[in-house]
Amino acid sequence: MTPLLDVRKLVTEFPVGHGRTLRAVDEVSFQLGRGEVLGLVGESGSGKSVTGFSIMGLVDGPGRVSSGQIMFDGMDLTQANPEARRSLRGRRIAMVFQDPMMTLNPVLRIGTQLTETLHAHLQIGHNEAHARARDALALVGIPSPEERLDAYPHQFSGGMRQRVAIAIALLHQPDLIIADEPTTALDVTIQAQIIAEFQRLTEERGTSVIWITHDLAIASGLADRIAVMYGGRIVEMGQTDDVLSAPRHPYTRGLIRSVPSQNSRGTRLAQIPGVTPNLANMPKGCAFRTRCARADAACESRPGRFGGPQAFHRCFHPHEETA
Amino acid sequence: MITTIIRRGIQAMFVIFAMTLIVFLGVNVIGNPVDILVNPDLNQAERLRVVERLGLDQPLWQQYLTFLKGLTQGDFGTSFVYGRPALDVILDRLPATLELALLAMVIALVIGLPLGLYAGLYPNRISSRVIMTGSILGFSLPTFWVGLMFILLFAVELGWLPSNGRGSTVEFLGARWSFLTADGLQHMILPALNLALFKTSLILRLTRAGVQEVVAQDYVKFARAKGLRENRVILVHILKNLMIPVVTIIGLEFGSLIAFSVVTESIFGWPGTGKLIIDSINLLDRPVVVAYLMMMVVLFVTLNFIIDISYTLLDPRVRLDGKG
Repeated sequence: MTPLLDVRKLVTEFPVGHGRTLRAVDEVSFQLGRGEVLGLVGESGSGKSVTGFSIMGLVDGPGRVSSGQIMFDGMDLTQANPEARRSLRGRRIAMVFQDPMMTLNPVLRIGTQLTETLHAHLQIGHNEAHARARDALALVGIPSPEERLDAYPHQFSGGMRQRVAIAIALLHQPDLIIADEPTTALDVTIQAQIIAEFQRLTEERGTSVIWITHDLAIASGLADRIAVMYGGRIVEMGQTDDVLSAPRHPYTRGLIRSVPSQNSRGTRLAQIPGVTPNLANMPKGCAFRTRCARADAACESRPGRFGGPQAFHRCFHPHEETA
Repeated sequence: MITTIIRRGIQAMFVIFAMTLIVFLGVNVIGNPVDILVNPDLNQAERLRVVERLGLDQPLWQQYLTFLKGLTQGDFGTSFVYGRPALDVILDRLPATLELALLAMVIALVIGLPLGLYAGLYPNRISSRVIMTGSILGFSLPTFWVGLMFILLFAVELGWLPSNGRGSTVEFLGARWSFLTADGLQHMILPALNLALFKTSLILRLTRAGVQEVVAQDYVKFARAKGLRENRVILVHILKNLMIPVVTIIGLEFGSLIAFSVVTESIFGWPGTGKLIIDSINLLDRPVVVAYLMMMVVLFVTLNFIIDISYTLLDPRVRLDGKG
């Protein structure tokens, strides 16, 4: 069976003037099966969000997908016309954003923001749309949904707004939801609620999920597989347990070690030295080599994929032992 | 909501009262209307009689109290020049100014808003750059010069449009209006365009800046992620957020169109209040000047009030009762 999503050598670039471009996403390839949850992990600027927006077809201009293919259910999205892509968005591929304070339009009623999503893809009457919107709110655990339809976003708390955003994403029972750090802006207790809710709803429906996060702990609890991004490339990918228990790439290992709960009390928290390199001025070869203790002359050429399409790493000197 | 309105009302009363003081004193310390109004051939006794009739023999504070007393009964005093109540003199002229200002505002909106929207949505297109450059001209060319050029081109050279007066008028709701007759409407076009030019550029630039701010917001991206059609994203999600700053400007600029259309009215011989106030200042017709200024104060206070109310309609976050 073909995977639901098959991203092949995706490149997304932003022109920066003088004919030069920034590669935010650099030959990223991965597959996602139906009902599968992929955790896309990386620091800010690693290209994980741009990957998500590339799949949505919502890369901010003047940036664009300049090469590669995005096969969704057998159709190449990079070749699809704008109307075809619009009709997929919200219906078969939905997205939840990072900051629930900003994703709902402040001047439109919650009900309107739900029903307009229905009307965009379905020929349904006002009453039916209203009923479906109400049920969608009830589904994500919003109390007295009938009255809340008339409310405005500012009358909701952050957690409630994110529930609304999830309700919108689920309206058309999409095949794929791209969740771009949907809990980062929330309190920890609310985070746990939202994650549990999200997990329940997507599992019930067999929805595939790309969960974009910088938080390895969240990804490990949610994802079937994890892809670690660095400098616009996937540097390591594999089954969640394998990646966490035996990371091969030094960067993945560094990420795991910098999660505080991994340390025993009183020991110094491990850090990855240095900062994420600027996309405009990436080191040649392996992008991580300037921060890597294992780097040598070999790292000045670009590491290929070691391993199969489902589990691989890009490192000339991978760790062999467990973390 | 009700308490807001009441509080606003009380504030407005204070503003208006303060303005009576400033306007009345300001106007009454300049020049001596008697020198202008009284026939120099009259003898001293006749002269004194005129002064007495105009109430100018009394001390200033007494004149002010008389004026305030009149105000409470809607009496702004009697025009020195026309010998009629000052308010009537102004109200006679007001429809002309009002209809011109309204048409100019409509033109400015109909042109400025869509062009600003376009230039904001597609900032890199050549057409957008042309629009923005054009708006700089609209901003910086002096109104009187543009007015004269309009007359030269459309009235003198091409002979398409009339350049002077209101044309034929029709009585409607107790006032005479030009916009209801074809001839009157023709007469309105040039002065209205002249007035609209600056306002168009203003609304255009404001709209563009607003669009660029709103487009970058997450909720616009989210609207697209929901699969909404581009029309709905622009006309509902973007435009509705945009209207908040635009309405403020529309309100205040409409006030300034009414209050400061002097130049355009003079060039096009438009018998509105702008022309009246200039004539009245020249003749030191104090009651008319005072009445006019007071009306403008009330006008701006009212417009601000309307703007505040429309905020609450446009922006649910401003609504105070919390029920939406």
